Amino acid sequence: MIVRISGEGQYRLDDSEKEPLNELEKTAAASVEGGDEAGFAAAFASLLDHIRSHGVLLGDADLEGSDVIVPPADISFQEAGEDFTGEGLIPD
Amino acid sequence: MAGLSGRMSTVVKAKVSKLLDRAEDPAETLDYSYQKQVEQLQNVKKGIADVVTAKKRLQMQESSLQQSVVKLDTQARQALASGHEDLARTALERKNVAQTELQTLDGQVNELEDQQQKLTDSEQKLRAKIEAFRTKKEVIKAQYSAAEAQVRISEAATGVGEQMADVGLAMQRAVDKTENMRARADAVSELEAAGTFDDITQLGSGEDDIDRQLKQLSSQPAVDDELTKMKSELGAGTAPEAPQIAAGEGKPASESDPA
Repeated sequence: MIVRISGEGQYRLDDSEKEPLNELEKTAAASVEGGDEAGFAAAFASLLDHIRSHGVLLGDADLEGSDVIVPPADISFQEAGEDFTGEGLIPD
Repeated sequence: MAGLSGRMSTVVKAKVSKLLDRAEDPAETLDYSYQKQVEQLQNVKKGIADVVTAKKRLQMQESSLQQSVVKLDTQARQALASGHEDLARTALERKNVAQTELQTLDGQVNELEDQQQKLTDSEQKLRAKIEAFRTKKEVIKAQYSAAEAQVRISEAATGVGEQMADVGLAMQRAVDKTENMRARADAVSELEAAGTFDDITQLGSGEDDIDRQLKQLSSQPAVDDELTKMKSELGAGTAPEAPQIAAGEGKPASESDPA
């Protein structure tokens, strides 16, 4: 699957990464709901790190669409409140 | 996160399919898509230019404030040396305000710098994708039947559309930030226009409106500290009869008592 980190680029990840990504996203979303800003920053950073370290960056000229788009790395806690709501990262 | 991811991909897909509905002829669709992409790339460039303009405005304010800080500092020293402590205090209060504004501006310039860099990177990716699309559209025109071509076009256009949406998001965030900063820059301009950082030698002896406002704005302890420091510097430099400390009670702090 292809995951885009908004404002950064697209990464190709193995489909088996779906589960760990969903887990990391749940942690981040829980921090947002609990109003835990520091917790969110840490959880969101590990989500992004996971994507970067387990994925292969696509070339600029690659024309494939992404399966998932995650918010930019410098997202504010307030913006996160608007984005991390509803169903998970990759709905079943 | 389904919020953003879901929302964004829906927007991209909606745009792409709208585009594809426009023409039955794949060649026409391809050329039209490409033309639209190039137009949008121009808009992105304009957007980046706006961020650069906003940054330049802040930088100009910065250098003008820096000059004010130097000027007011010099004037405070001069006023103190000629025994006008109240005037020196006024100058230092103004300097304090100017310095606070400078710090804020500095942070904002850095932030805009950051935004500009991100937008430029994103624009570069978009340009690469549009260029890839241009090549691909010729291949599609030459190699595929009309039915097959629709699928390929849709795939290729999605890639460009998604990058476009990503630049759009980055642009929106940059615009939001610049608008906040514009408000701040306007506030500094108003202070400047009100004469806040003007030459204090042009002041009358009485306290004016600006001074009363400044006293509220500037941090008094900081001004007091600086005044004390400046006094001791001036004292050390100009008073020839200074080496009397040994005779005193060992409390040099009493120097700051009002004479």
